[in-house]
Amino acid sequence: MKITLEQVDYVAVLGRLDLSHDEKIKYMGQLDDILKYMDALSAVPTEDVEPMAGPVELFTPLREDIVKPSLSLERALTNAPSSDGSSFLVPKIIE
Amino acid sequence: MSDLYEKTATELASLLRAKKTSSVEITESVLSRIEALEPKIHSYVNIYPDLALSMAKEADQRILDGRARPLTGIPIAIKDNMCLQNEKTTCGSRILANFRPPYDATVVRLIREEGMVILGSANMDEFAMGSSTETSYWGPTRNPWDAERIPGGSSGGSAAAVACGQATVSIGSDTGGSIRLPASFCGVTGMKPTYGAVSRFGLVAYASSLDQIGPFARDISDVSLLLNLLCRHDPLDSTSVPIEHPDFTKFLDKPVSGMTLGVPVEFFSKLENEDVESSLSDARKVFEKLGVKFVELSLPSLDYGIAAYYIIAPCEASSNLARYDGVKYGHRARDFDGMIEMYCKTRAEGFGAEVKRRIMLGTYSLSSGYYDAYYLKAAKIRTLITKDFKQSFESCDAIFCPVAPAPAFKIGEKVDDPIQMYLTDVFTIPVNMAGLPGISCPAGFSSDGLPIGLQLIAPHFGESKLVQLVAAFQKETDYHLRRPAL
Repeated sequence: MKITLEQVDYVAVLGRLDLSHDEKIKYMGQLDDILKYMDALSAVPTEDVEPMAGPVELFTPLREDIVKPSLSLERALTNAPSSDGSSFLVPKIIE
Repeated sequence: MSDLYEKTATELASLLRAKKTSSVEITESVLSRIEALEPKIHSYVNIYPDLALSMAKEADQRILDGRARPLTGIPIAIKDNMCLQNEKTTCGSRILANFRPPYDATVVRLIREEGMVILGSANMDEFAMGSSTETSYWGPTRNPWDAERIPGGSSGGSAAAVACGQATVSIGSDTGGSIRLPASFCGVTGMKPTYGAVSRFGLVAYASSLDQIGPFARDISDVSLLLNLLCRHDPLDSTSVPIEHPDFTKFLDKPVSGMTLGVPVEFFSKLENEDVESSLSDARKVFEKLGVKFVELSLPSLDYGIAAYYIIAPCEASSNLARYDGVKYGHRARDFDGMIEMYCKTRAEGFGAEVKRRIMLGTYSLSSGYYDAYYLKAAKIRTLITKDFKQSFESCDAIFCPVAPAPAFKIGEKVDDPIQMYLTDVFTIPVNMAGLPGISCPAGFSSDGLPIGLQLIAPHFGESKLVQLVAAFQKETDYHLRRPAL
Protein backbone atom coordinates (compact mmCIF):
# COMPACT_ATOMS: atom_id res chain seq x y z
CA MET A 1 0.00 0.00 0.00
CA LYS A 2 1.21 3.50 -0.85
CA ILE A 3 -1.15 5.11 1.64
CA THR A 4 -2.05 4.07 5.19
CA LEU A 5 -5.19 4.69 7.23
CA GLU A 6 -3.20 7.10 9.43
CA GLN A 7 -2.29 9.13 6.35
CA VAL A 8 -5.92 9.16 5.22
CA ASP A 9 -6.86 10.45 8.70
CA TYR A 10 -4.21 13.15 8.53
CA VAL A 11 -5.15 14.26 4.99
CA ALA A 12 -8.84 14.41 5.97
CA VAL A 13 -7.91 16.76 8.81
CA LEU A 14 -5.83 18.95 6.48
CA GLY A 15 -8.68 18.98 3.93
CA ARG A 16 -11.20 19.76 6.69
CA LEU A 17 -13.38 16.77 5.84
CA ASP A 18 -15.22 14.84 8.53
CA LEU A 19 -15.12 11.34 6.99
CA SER A 20 -16.80 8.23 8.36
CA HIS A 21 -14.71 5.10 8.96
CA ASP A 22 -16.25 3.46 5.87
CA GLU A 23 -15.40 6.47 3.72
CA LYS A 24 -11.82 6.41 4.96
CA ILE A 25 -11.45 2.72 4.09
CA LYS A 26 -12.96 3.33 0.64
CA TYR A 27 -10.74 6.36 -0.09
CA MET A 28 -7.66 4.53 1.18
CA GLY A 29 -8.17 1.82 -1.45
CA GLN A 30 -9.06 4.22 -4.24
CA LEU A 31 -6.27 6.70 -3.48
CA ASP A 32 -3.86 3.78 -3.38
CA ASP A 33 -4.97 2.65 -6.85
CA ILE A 34 -4.73 6.20 -8.19
CA LEU A 35 -1.28 6.81 -6.67
CA LYS A 36 -0.04 3.53 -8.14
CA TYR A 37 -1.27 4.71 -11.52
CA MET A 38 0.68 7.97 -10.98
CA ASP A 39 3.88 5.96 -10.52
CA ALA A 40 4.16 5.84 -14.31
CA LEU A 41 5.37 9.43 -14.09
CA SER A 42 8.57 8.47 -12.31
CA ALA A 43 9.74 6.79 -15.55
CA VAL A 44 9.88 10.19 -17.29
CA PRO A 45 13.24 11.96 -16.99
CA THR A 46 12.57 15.57 -15.94
CA GLU A 47 15.84 16.75 -14.34
CA ASP A 48 16.34 19.66 -16.73
CA VAL A 49 12.68 20.49 -17.30
CA GLU A 50 11.16 23.68 -15.95
CA PRO A 51 7.80 23.17 -14.21
CA MET A 52 4.79 24.86 -15.76
CA ALA A 53 2.07 26.41 -13.60
CA GLY A 54 -0.25 27.53 -16.38
CA PRO A 55 -0.58 27.88 -20.14
CA VAL A 56 -0.38 31.67 -20.45
CA GLU A 57 2.52 33.90 -19.69
CA LEU A 58 1.46 35.76 -16.61
CA PHE A 59 1.89 39.49 -16.49
CA THR A 60 0.73 42.11 -14.04
CA PRO A 61 -2.06 44.12 -15.61
CA LEU A 62 -1.93 47.74 -14.43
CA ARG A 63 -4.89 50.08 -14.28
CA GLU A 64 -5.64 53.62 -13.20
CA ASP A 65 -6.34 54.01 -9.49
CA ILE A 66 -9.97 55.05 -9.77
CA VAL A 67 -12.68 54.64 -7.14
CA LYS A 68 -15.49 52.45 -8.44
CA PRO A 69 -18.66 51.15 -6.80
CA SER A 70 -18.32 47.73 -5.18
CA LEU A 71 -20.64 45.20 -3.58
CA SER A 72 -22.80 46.79 -0.85
CA LEU A 73 -22.65 45.36 2.68
CA GLU A 74 -26.23 44.20 2.40
CA ARG A 75 -25.64 42.33 -0.88
CA ALA A 76 -22.38 40.83 0.35
CA LEU A 77 -24.24 39.31 3.30
CA THR A 78 -27.27 37.95 1.42
CA ASN A 79 -25.82 34.43 1.17
CA ALA A 80 -24.35 34.29 4.66
CA PRO A 81 -25.45 31.25 6.70
CA SER A 82 -25.38 33.51 9.75
CA SER A 83 -24.97 37.30 10.00
CA ASP A 84 -25.99 40.22 12.17
CA GLY A 85 -26.55 42.67 9.32
CA SER A 86 -23.01 44.03 9.35
CA SER A 87 -20.74 40.97 9.77
CA PHE A 88 -20.55 37.23 9.15
CA LEU A 89 -21.19 35.36 12.40
CA VAL A 90 -18.97 32.39 13.29
CA PRO A 91 -18.49 30.28 16.43
CA LYS A 92 -16.27 31.78 19.11
CA ILE A 93 -12.59 31.17 18.25
CA ILE A 94 -10.71 32.82 21.12
CA GLU A 95 -11.41 31.50 24.60
CA MET B 1 -41.91 23.95 -41.41
CA SER B 2 -40.05 22.23 -38.59
CA ASP B 3 -40.63 23.36 -35.01
CA LEU B 4 -38.72 26.41 -33.86
CA TYR B 5 -36.87 24.45 -31.16
CA GLU B 6 -35.21 22.34 -33.87
CA LYS B 7 -33.69 25.29 -35.68
CA THR B 8 -30.15 26.58 -35.31
CA ALA B 9 -29.35 30.05 -34.00
CA THR B 10 -28.22 31.04 -37.50
CA GLU B 11 -31.58 30.00 -38.99
CA LEU B 12 -33.56 31.64 -36.19
CA ALA B 13 -31.58 34.88 -36.44
CA SER B 14 -32.47 35.18 -40.11
CA LEU B 15 -36.17 34.45 -39.38
CA LEU B 16 -36.07 37.11 -36.66
CA ARG B 17 -34.46 39.68 -38.96
CA ALA B 18 -37.11 38.94 -41.61
CA LYS B 19 -39.82 39.34 -38.89
CA LYS B 20 -41.09 35.84 -39.71
CA THR B 21 -41.08 34.85 -36.07
CA SER B 22 -40.50 36.44 -32.67
CA SER B 23 -38.17 35.64 -29.82
CA VAL B 24 -41.24 35.00 -27.65
CA GLU B 25 -42.47 32.35 -30.12
CA ILE B 26 -39.03 30.74 -30.24
CA THR B 27 -38.69 30.81 -26.45
CA GLU B 28 -42.16 29.33 -25.96
CA SER B 29 -41.31 26.52 -28.37
CA VAL B 30 -38.06 25.71 -26.54
CA LEU B 31 -39.71 25.99 -23.09
CA SER B 32 -42.42 23.53 -24.10
CA ARG B 33 -39.73 21.17 -25.39
CA ILE B 34 -37.96 21.49 -22.02
CA GLU B 35 -41.21 20.72 -20.18
CA ALA B 36 -41.90 17.69 -22.38
CA LEU B 37 -38.44 16.12 -22.12
CA GLU B 38 -37.18 17.15 -18.69
CA PRO B 39 -38.68 14.13 -16.86
CA LYS B 40 -36.77 11.85 -19.22
CA ILE B 41 -33.49 13.73 -19.87
CA HIS B 42 -33.01 16.09 -16.89
CA SER B 43 -30.71 18.56 -18.65
CA TYR B 44 -31.45 21.37 -16.20
CA VAL B 45 -30.89 22.09 -12.53
CA ASN B 46 -33.09 25.19 -12.63
CA ILE B 47 -35.39 26.43 -15.39
CA TYR B 48 -36.41 30.10 -15.54
CA PRO B 49 -39.52 30.41 -17.77
CA ASP B 50 -40.50 33.86 -16.44
CA LEU B 51 -37.00 35.27 -16.83
CA ALA B 52 -36.72 33.72 -20.30
CA LEU B 53 -40.03 35.15 -21.52
CA SER B 54 -39.26 38.61 -20.17
CA MET B 55 -35.84 38.51 -21.88
CA ALA B 56 -37.57 37.34 -25.07
CA LYS B 57 -39.99 40.28 -24.95
CA GLU B 58 -37.10 42.68 -24.51
CA ALA B 59 -35.30 41.03 -27.43
CA ASP B 60 -38.37 41.45 -29.65
CA GLN B 61 -38.48 45.13 -28.75
CA ARG B 62 -34.79 45.50 -29.61
CA ILE B 63 -35.35 43.83 -32.96
CA LEU B 64 -38.31 46.16 -33.61
CA ASP B 65 -36.17 49.18 -32.68
CA GLY B 66 -33.41 48.08 -35.05
CA ARG B 67 -30.96 47.48 -32.18
CA ALA B 68 -30.56 43.72 -32.71
CA ARG B 69 -27.20 42.03 -32.52
CA PRO B 70 -26.38 38.68 -34.22
CA LEU B 71 -27.69 36.50 -31.35
CA THR B 72 -30.46 38.75 -30.02
CA GLY B 73 -33.55 36.70 -29.14
CA ILE B 74 -31.79 33.30 -29.24
CA PRO B 75 -32.40 30.97 -26.25
CA ILE B 76 -29.33 29.71 -24.40
CA ALA B 77 -28.69 27.35 -21.47
CA ILE B 78 -25.89 28.19 -19.05
CA LYS B 79 -23.90 25.58 -17.15
CA ASP B 80 -24.72 25.68 -13.45
CA ASN B 81 -21.19 26.87 -12.53
CA MET B 82 -21.47 30.36 -14.02
CA CYS B 83 -22.79 33.11 -11.77
CA LEU B 84 -26.26 34.27 -12.72
CA GLN B 85 -27.11 37.29 -10.57
CA ASN B 86 -29.89 36.60 -8.02
CA GLU B 87 -30.69 33.18 -9.52
CA LYS B 88 -29.53 29.89 -8.01
CA THR B 89 -26.04 28.86 -9.16
CA THR B 90 -25.30 25.54 -7.47
CA CYS B 91 -22.37 24.02 -9.39
CA GLY B 92 -24.23 20.71 -9.13
CA SER B 93 -23.48 20.65 -5.41
CA ARG B 94 -25.38 20.55 -2.16
CA ILE B 95 -22.89 22.99 -0.65
CA LEU B 96 -24.14 25.71 -3.05
CA ALA B 97 -27.76 24.45 -3.19
CA ASN B 98 -29.18 27.84 -2.18
CA PHE B 99 -26.43 30.15 -3.43
CA ARG B 100 -27.68 33.18 -5.34
CA PRO B 101 -24.70 35.15 -6.69
CA PRO B 102 -24.80 38.90 -6.07
CA TYR B 103 -23.18 39.46 -9.50
CA ASP B 104 -23.09 38.08 -13.06
CA ALA B 105 -20.19 36.12 -14.54
CA THR B 106 -18.64 38.08 -17.42
CA VAL B 107 -19.98 35.57 -19.96
CA VAL B 108 -23.48 35.99 -18.51
CA ARG B 109 -23.13 39.78 -18.77
CA LEU B 110 -22.09 39.42 -22.43
CA ILE B 111 -25.08 37.13 -23.08
CA ARG B 112 -27.43 39.67 -21.50
CA GLU B 113 -25.89 42.56 -23.45
CA GLU B 114 -26.32 40.60 -26.68
CA GLY B 115 -30.03 40.25 -25.87
CA MET B 116 -30.00 36.47 -25.72
CA VAL B 117 -32.65 34.59 -23.75
CA ILE B 118 -31.46 32.71 -20.65
CA LEU B 119 -33.48 29.49 -20.22
CA GLY B 120 -31.92 28.09 -17.08
CA SER B 121 -28.88 26.46 -15.55
CA ALA B 122 -27.67 23.22 -17.12
CA ASN B 123 -26.85 20.14 -15.08
CA MET B 124 -23.24 19.12 -14.51
CA ASP B 125 -20.98 16.89 -12.48
CA GLU B 126 -20.52 18.36 -9.01
CA PHE B 127 -17.91 21.15 -9.26
CA ALA B 128 -17.31 19.95 -12.86
CA MET B 129 -15.51 16.89 -11.51
CA GLY B 130 -16.57 14.01 -13.68
CA SER B 131 -16.97 12.66 -17.18
CA SER B 132 -20.59 11.55 -16.98
CA THR B 133 -22.78 14.14 -15.15
CA GLU B 134 -23.59 11.37 -12.66
CA THR B 135 -21.95 13.15 -9.73
CA SER B 136 -24.48 16.01 -9.77
CA TYR B 137 -26.23 16.43 -6.42
CA TRP B 138 -29.42 16.86 -8.49
CA GLY B 139 -29.18 13.45 -10.15
CA PRO B 140 -27.77 12.42 -13.53
CA THR B 141 -28.62 13.82 -16.95
CA ARG B 142 -29.50 11.14 -19.49
CA ASN B 143 -28.19 10.82 -23.03
CA PRO B 144 -30.94 11.86 -25.50
CA TRP B 145 -29.80 9.11 -27.90
CA ASP B 146 -30.20 6.38 -25.26
CA ALA B 147 -31.64 7.27 -21.87
CA GLU B 148 -29.83 4.33 -20.24
CA ARG B 149 -26.53 6.02 -21.03
CA ILE B 150 -24.62 9.01 -19.68
CA PRO B 151 -24.39 12.20 -21.78
CA GLY B 152 -20.70 12.67 -20.98
CA GLY B 153 -19.47 15.27 -18.58
CA SER B 154 -18.98 17.41 -16.86
CA SER B 155 -21.11 19.75 -19.04
CA GLY B 156 -23.63 16.96 -19.73
CA GLY B 157 -26.72 19.13 -19.28
CA SER B 158 -25.43 21.77 -21.71
CA ALA B 159 -24.77 19.12 -24.38
CA ALA B 160 -27.96 17.10 -23.89
CA ALA B 161 -30.15 20.22 -23.96
CA VAL B 162 -28.76 21.31 -27.34
CA ALA B 163 -28.96 17.76 -28.74
CA CYS B 164 -32.68 17.41 -28.04
CA GLY B 165 -33.94 20.95 -28.62
CA GLN B 166 -34.19 21.94 -24.96
CA ALA B 167 -31.92 24.87 -25.87
CA THR B 168 -30.86 26.38 -29.19
CA VAL B 169 -27.27 26.78 -27.97
CA SER B 170 -25.51 26.55 -24.61
CA ILE B 171 -22.26 27.22 -22.82
CA GLY B 172 -20.20 24.88 -20.70
CA SER B 173 -16.74 24.73 -19.20
CA ASP B 174 -13.88 22.38 -20.02
CA THR B 175 -11.10 21.50 -17.56
CA GLY B 176 -10.07 18.10 -18.96
CA GLY B 177 -12.64 17.48 -21.71
CA SER B 178 -15.87 18.67 -20.11
CA ILE B 179 -17.13 20.38 -23.28
CA ARG B 180 -15.68 18.10 -25.97
CA LEU B 181 -16.63 14.78 -24.34
CA PRO B 182 -20.37 15.50 -23.86
CA ALA B 183 -20.47 17.16 -27.30
CA SER B 184 -19.11 13.91 -28.76
CA PHE B 185 -21.48 11.66 -26.75
CA CYS B 186 -24.55 13.79 -27.56
CA GLY B 187 -23.82 14.45 -31.25
CA VAL B 188 -23.38 18.23 -31.08
CA THR B 189 -20.51 20.60 -31.86
CA GLY B 190 -18.59 21.93 -28.85
CA MET B 191 -15.40 23.93 -28.53
CA LYS B 192 -12.93 24.55 -25.75
CA PRO B 193 -11.21 27.79 -26.74
CA THR B 194 -7.59 28.69 -25.95
CA TYR B 195 -6.90 29.23 -22.25
CA GLY B 196 -7.28 32.98 -21.75
CA ALA B 197 -9.63 33.54 -24.72
CA VAL B 198 -12.85 33.59 -22.68
CA SER B 199 -13.14 35.30 -19.30
CA ARG B 200 -13.37 33.04 -16.26
CA PHE B 201 -14.68 35.83 -14.02
CA GLY B 202 -17.74 34.42 -12.25
CA LEU B 203 -17.00 30.83 -13.27
CA VAL B 204 -16.91 28.69 -10.11
CA ALA B 205 -13.26 27.61 -10.00
CA TYR B 206 -12.32 23.93 -10.22
CA ALA B 207 -8.71 23.89 -11.53
CA SER B 208 -7.93 27.48 -12.45
CA SER B 209 -4.97 26.83 -14.76
CA LEU B 210 -7.06 24.40 -16.85
CA ASP B 211 -10.67 25.71 -16.75
CA GLN B 212 -12.04 27.38 -19.87
CA ILE B 213 -15.59 28.34 -20.93
CA GLY B 214 -16.82 27.50 -24.43
CA PRO B 215 -19.89 27.00 -26.64
CA PHE B 216 -22.15 24.09 -27.64
CA ALA B 217 -24.31 24.25 -30.76
CA ARG B 218 -25.85 22.07 -33.45
CA ASP B 219 -23.48 23.31 -36.13
CA ILE B 220 -20.27 25.25 -36.62
CA SER B 221 -22.02 28.38 -37.85
CA ASP B 222 -23.68 28.76 -34.43
CA VAL B 223 -20.38 28.00 -32.69
CA SER B 224 -18.70 30.80 -34.64
CA LEU B 225 -21.43 33.28 -33.60
CA LEU B 226 -20.95 32.34 -29.95
CA LEU B 227 -17.16 32.61 -30.25
CA ASN B 228 -17.62 36.13 -31.59
CA LEU B 229 -19.59 36.95 -28.46
CA LEU B 230 -17.46 35.13 -25.87
CA CYS B 231 -13.84 35.60 -26.99
CA ARG B 232 -12.76 38.98 -25.70
CA HIS B 233 -10.43 40.45 -23.13
CA ASP B 234 -11.79 40.98 -19.62
CA PRO B 235 -9.90 43.15 -17.13
CA LEU B 236 -11.66 41.25 -14.31
CA ASP B 237 -9.77 38.03 -15.19
CA SER B 238 -6.00 38.46 -14.89
CA THR B 239 -5.42 35.41 -17.13
CA SER B 240 -7.62 36.84 -19.89
CA VAL B 241 -5.29 37.52 -22.82
CA PRO B 242 -5.61 41.01 -24.35
CA ILE B 243 -5.63 40.19 -28.06
CA GLU B 244 -7.97 41.03 -30.92
CA HIS B 245 -9.99 38.01 -32.03
CA PRO B 246 -11.05 37.74 -35.67
CA ASP B 247 -14.67 37.59 -36.87
CA PHE B 248 -15.00 33.80 -36.74
CA THR B 249 -17.94 33.72 -39.18
CA LYS B 250 -15.48 34.83 -41.90
CA PHE B 251 -13.87 31.36 -41.73
CA LEU B 252 -17.06 29.38 -42.45
CA ASP B 253 -16.61 29.45 -46.21
CA LYS B 254 -12.83 29.41 -46.50
CA PRO B 255 -11.48 26.47 -48.52
CA VAL B 256 -9.32 23.97 -46.63
CA SER B 257 -7.42 22.61 -49.61
CA GLY B 258 -3.69 22.61 -48.89
CA MET B 259 -4.10 22.53 -45.12
CA THR B 260 -2.32 19.77 -43.18
CA LEU B 261 -3.71 17.68 -40.33
CA GLY B 262 -1.43 15.78 -37.95
CA VAL B 263 -2.30 12.29 -36.75
CA PRO B 264 -0.80 11.41 -33.34
CA VAL B 265 0.26 7.76 -33.55
CA GLU B 266 0.12 7.37 -29.75
CA PHE B 267 -3.59 8.18 -29.80
CA PHE B 268 -4.55 5.91 -32.66
CA SER B 269 -2.53 2.97 -31.35
CA LYS B 270 -4.76 3.05 -28.24
CA LEU B 271 -8.02 2.74 -30.16
CA GLU B 272 -9.82 -0.52 -29.61
CA ASN B 273 -13.35 0.48 -30.55
CA GLU B 274 -14.15 -0.40 -34.15
CA ASP B 275 -16.93 2.15 -34.50
CA VAL B 276 -14.65 4.98 -33.37
CA GLU B 277 -11.88 3.73 -35.66
CA SER B 278 -14.11 3.53 -38.72
CA SER B 279 -15.71 6.94 -38.05
CA LEU B 280 -12.28 8.52 -37.80
CA SER B 281 -11.03 6.80 -40.94
CA ASP B 282 -14.17 7.91 -42.86
CA ALA B 283 -13.65 11.46 -41.57
CA ARG B 284 -10.08 11.37 -42.81
CA LYS B 285 -11.32 10.43 -46.29
CA VAL B 286 -13.72 13.40 -46.26
CA PHE B 287 -10.87 15.77 -45.46
CA GLU B 288 -8.60 14.14 -48.06
CA LYS B 289 -11.30 14.64 -50.68
CA LEU B 290 -11.29 18.33 -49.72
CA GLY B 291 -7.56 18.52 -50.42
CA VAL B 292 -6.33 18.26 -46.83
CA LYS B 293 -2.99 16.50 -46.37
CA PHE B 294 -2.26 14.17 -43.44
CA VAL B 295 1.06 13.68 -41.63
CA GLU B 296 1.89 11.24 -38.85
CA LEU B 297 3.05 12.73 -35.57
CA SER B 298 4.63 11.35 -32.46
CA LEU B 299 3.75 13.01 -29.15
CA PRO B 300 5.22 10.57 -26.62
CA SER B 301 4.67 12.67 -23.50
CA LEU B 302 0.90 12.70 -24.07
CA ASP B 303 0.85 9.18 -22.63
CA TYR B 304 1.45 10.78 -19.24
CA GLY B 305 -1.36 13.31 -19.60
CA ILE B 306 -3.91 11.56 -17.38
CA ALA B 307 -1.51 10.83 -14.54
CA ALA B 308 -0.19 14.41 -14.55
CA TYR B 309 -3.69 15.88 -14.86
CA TYR B 310 -5.04 13.89 -11.92
CA ILE B 311 -2.31 15.41 -9.79
CA ILE B 312 -2.54 19.00 -11.02
CA ALA B 313 -6.34 19.31 -11.17
CA PRO B 314 -7.01 17.87 -7.67
CA CYS B 315 -4.17 20.01 -6.22
CA GLU B 316 -5.74 23.16 -7.64
CA ALA B 317 -9.20 21.95 -6.61
CA SER B 318 -8.20 21.24 -3.02
CA SER B 319 -6.96 24.82 -2.79
CA ASN B 320 -9.89 26.40 -4.68
CA LEU B 321 -12.50 24.50 -2.69
CA ALA B 322 -11.03 25.59 0.64
CA ARG B 323 -13.38 28.58 0.42
CA TYR B 324 -16.43 26.37 1.13
CA ASP B 325 -16.29 26.66 4.89
CA GLY B 326 -19.86 27.60 5.81
CA VAL B 327 -18.93 31.20 6.67
CA LYS B 328 -19.67 33.64 3.84
CA TYR B 329 -22.05 31.63 1.65
CA GLY B 330 -23.21 28.10 1.00
CA HIS B 331 -24.26 25.29 3.30
CA ARG B 332 -23.37 25.29 7.01
CA ALA B 333 -23.77 22.21 9.22
CA ARG B 334 -26.27 22.54 12.07
CA ASP B 335 -24.56 20.71 14.92
CA PHE B 336 -20.93 21.37 15.69
CA ASP B 337 -18.63 22.17 18.55
CA GLY B 338 -16.24 24.96 17.59
CA MET B 339 -14.92 26.41 14.38
CA ILE B 340 -12.85 23.49 13.04
CA GLU B 341 -15.70 21.05 13.56
CA MET B 342 -18.01 23.48 11.77
CA TYR B 343 -15.69 23.42 8.73
CA CYS B 344 -15.28 19.64 8.77
CA LYS B 345 -18.99 18.83 9.15
CA THR B 346 -20.09 21.52 6.69
CA ARG B 347 -17.77 20.15 4.02
CA ALA B 348 -18.58 16.51 4.78
CA GLU B 349 -22.31 17.23 4.37
CA GLY B 350 -21.95 19.61 1.44
CA PHE B 351 -19.59 17.73 -0.89
CA GLY B 352 -20.29 14.47 -2.72
CA ALA B 353 -18.02 11.43 -3.03
CA GLU B 354 -16.03 12.47 -6.13
CA VAL B 355 -15.37 15.99 -4.83
CA LYS B 356 -14.16 14.57 -1.52
CA ARG B 357 -11.95 12.07 -3.36
CA ARG B 358 -10.29 14.86 -5.35
CA ILE B 359 -9.85 17.09 -2.29
CA MET B 360 -8.17 14.15 -0.53
CA LEU B 361 -5.96 13.40 -3.54
CA GLY B 362 -4.98 17.06 -3.97
CA THR B 363 -4.37 17.63 -0.29
CA TYR B 364 -2.20 14.51 -0.14
CA SER B 365 -0.19 15.50 -3.24
CA LEU B 366 0.48 18.97 -1.86
CA SER B 367 1.22 17.85 1.69
CA SER B 368 4.67 18.10 3.18
CA GLY B 369 7.04 15.48 1.78
CA TYR B 370 4.97 14.67 -1.31
CA TYR B 371 4.98 17.97 -3.22
CA ASP B 372 8.16 17.22 -5.22
CA ALA B 373 7.14 13.67 -6.08
CA TYR B 374 3.68 14.61 -7.27
CA TYR B 375 2.83 18.25 -8.02
CA LEU B 376 6.30 19.35 -9.14
CA LYS B 377 6.76 16.22 -11.27
CA ALA B 378 3.35 16.73 -12.90
CA ALA B 379 4.10 20.41 -13.57
CA LYS B 380 7.30 19.38 -15.38
CA ILE B 381 5.45 16.81 -17.44
CA ARG B 382 3.02 19.56 -18.36
CA THR B 383 5.97 21.42 -19.89
CA LEU B 384 6.89 18.32 -21.92
CA ILE B 385 3.32 17.88 -23.19
CA THR B 386 3.22 21.53 -24.25
CA LYS B 387 6.57 21.17 -26.04
CA ASP B 388 5.34 18.06 -27.90
CA PHE B 389 2.32 19.99 -29.14
CA LYS B 390 4.38 23.04 -30.15
CA GLN B 391 6.73 20.87 -32.13
CA SER B 392 3.80 19.12 -33.87
CA PHE B 393 2.36 22.39 -35.05
CA GLU B 394 5.55 23.03 -37.03
CA SER B 395 4.40 20.33 -39.45
CA CYS B 396 0.59 20.70 -39.38
CA ASP B 397 -2.21 23.26 -39.09
CA ALA B 398 -4.20 21.19 -36.60
CA ILE B 399 -4.22 17.76 -34.97
CA PHE B 400 -6.82 15.17 -35.96
CA CYS B 401 -7.85 12.57 -33.35
CA PRO B 402 -10.80 10.99 -31.52
CA VAL B 403 -12.57 12.73 -28.64
CA ALA B 404 -13.08 9.57 -26.61
CA PRO B 405 -11.92 5.93 -26.82
CA ALA B 406 -15.55 4.69 -27.10
CA PRO B 407 -19.11 6.07 -27.37
CA ALA B 408 -21.27 6.89 -24.31
CA PHE B 409 -21.25 4.25 -21.57
CA LYS B 410 -24.13 3.09 -19.37
CA ILE B 411 -25.27 4.98 -16.28
CA GLY B 412 -23.58 3.46 -13.24
CA GLU B 413 -20.98 1.57 -15.30
CA LYS B 414 -17.94 3.48 -14.02
CA VAL B 415 -19.08 5.33 -10.88
CA ASP B 416 -17.19 3.06 -8.50
CA ASP B 417 -14.05 2.81 -10.60
CA PRO B 418 -12.37 6.23 -10.61
CA ILE B 419 -9.46 5.23 -12.86
CA GLN B 420 -11.73 3.81 -15.58
CA MET B 421 -13.79 7.03 -15.38
CA TYR B 422 -10.62 9.16 -15.60
CA LEU B 423 -9.39 7.23 -18.67
CA THR B 424 -12.44 8.43 -20.63
CA ASP B 425 -10.58 11.74 -20.97
CA VAL B 426 -7.32 10.32 -22.32
CA PHE B 427 -7.56 12.24 -25.64
CA THR B 428 -8.96 15.51 -24.28
CA ILE B 429 -6.84 16.15 -21.17
CA PRO B 430 -3.50 16.97 -22.90
CA VAL B 431 -5.23 19.86 -24.70
CA ASN B 432 -6.08 21.55 -21.38
CA MET B 433 -2.60 20.87 -20.03
CA ALA B 434 -1.17 22.92 -22.90
CA GLY B 435 -4.05 25.46 -22.94
CA LEU B 436 -4.83 24.79 -26.62
CA PRO B 437 -8.18 25.18 -28.41
CA GLY B 438 -9.96 21.92 -29.25
CA ILE B 439 -13.26 21.15 -30.92
CA SER B 440 -15.55 18.13 -31.01
CA CYS B 441 -17.55 17.65 -34.21
CA PRO B 442 -20.07 14.87 -34.96
CA ALA B 443 -18.32 12.37 -37.25
CA GLY B 444 -20.34 9.17 -37.18
CA PHE B 445 -22.48 6.74 -35.22
CA SER B 446 -21.79 3.43 -33.54
CA SER B 447 -23.54 0.24 -34.68
CA ASP B 448 -26.09 0.82 -31.90
CA GLY B 449 -26.78 4.40 -32.95
CA LEU B 450 -24.64 6.41 -30.52
CA PRO B 451 -22.90 9.57 -31.75
CA ILE B 452 -19.12 9.59 -32.22
CA GLY B 453 -17.10 12.79 -32.26
CA LEU B 454 -13.96 13.85 -34.04
CA GLN B 455 -11.51 16.13 -32.22
CA LEU B 456 -9.40 18.81 -33.88
CA ILE B 457 -6.74 20.67 -31.90
CA ALA B 458 -5.11 23.92 -33.03
CA PRO B 459 -2.21 26.07 -31.81
CA HIS B 460 -2.93 28.79 -29.22
CA PHE B 461 -5.55 31.22 -30.55
CA GLY B 462 -6.04 29.07 -33.65
CA GLU B 463 -9.84 28.84 -33.14
CA SER B 464 -10.39 30.22 -36.64
CA LYS B 465 -8.61 27.20 -38.16
CA LEU B 466 -10.91 24.87 -36.23
CA VAL B 467 -13.95 26.79 -37.48
CA GLN B 468 -12.63 26.62 -41.05
CA LEU B 469 -11.93 22.87 -40.91
CA VAL B 470 -15.17 21.87 -39.18
CA ALA B 471 -17.24 24.10 -41.48
CA ALA B 472 -15.74 22.37 -44.52
CA PHE B 473 -16.40 18.96 -42.93
CA GLN B 474 -20.01 19.77 -42.04
CA LYS B 475 -20.72 20.87 -45.63
CA GLU B 476 -19.73 17.36 -46.78
CA THR B 477 -21.42 15.34 -44.02
CA ASP B 478 -24.80 15.17 -42.28
CA TYR B 479 -23.89 13.64 -38.90
CA HIS B 480 -24.45 16.99 -37.20
CA LEU B 481 -27.94 17.24 -38.70
CA ARG B 482 -29.24 13.97 -37.23
CA ARG B 483 -31.36 14.27 -34.12
CA PRO B 484 -32.28 11.69 -31.50
CA ALA B 485 -35.79 10.20 -31.79
CA LEU B 486 -37.62 11.33 -28.66
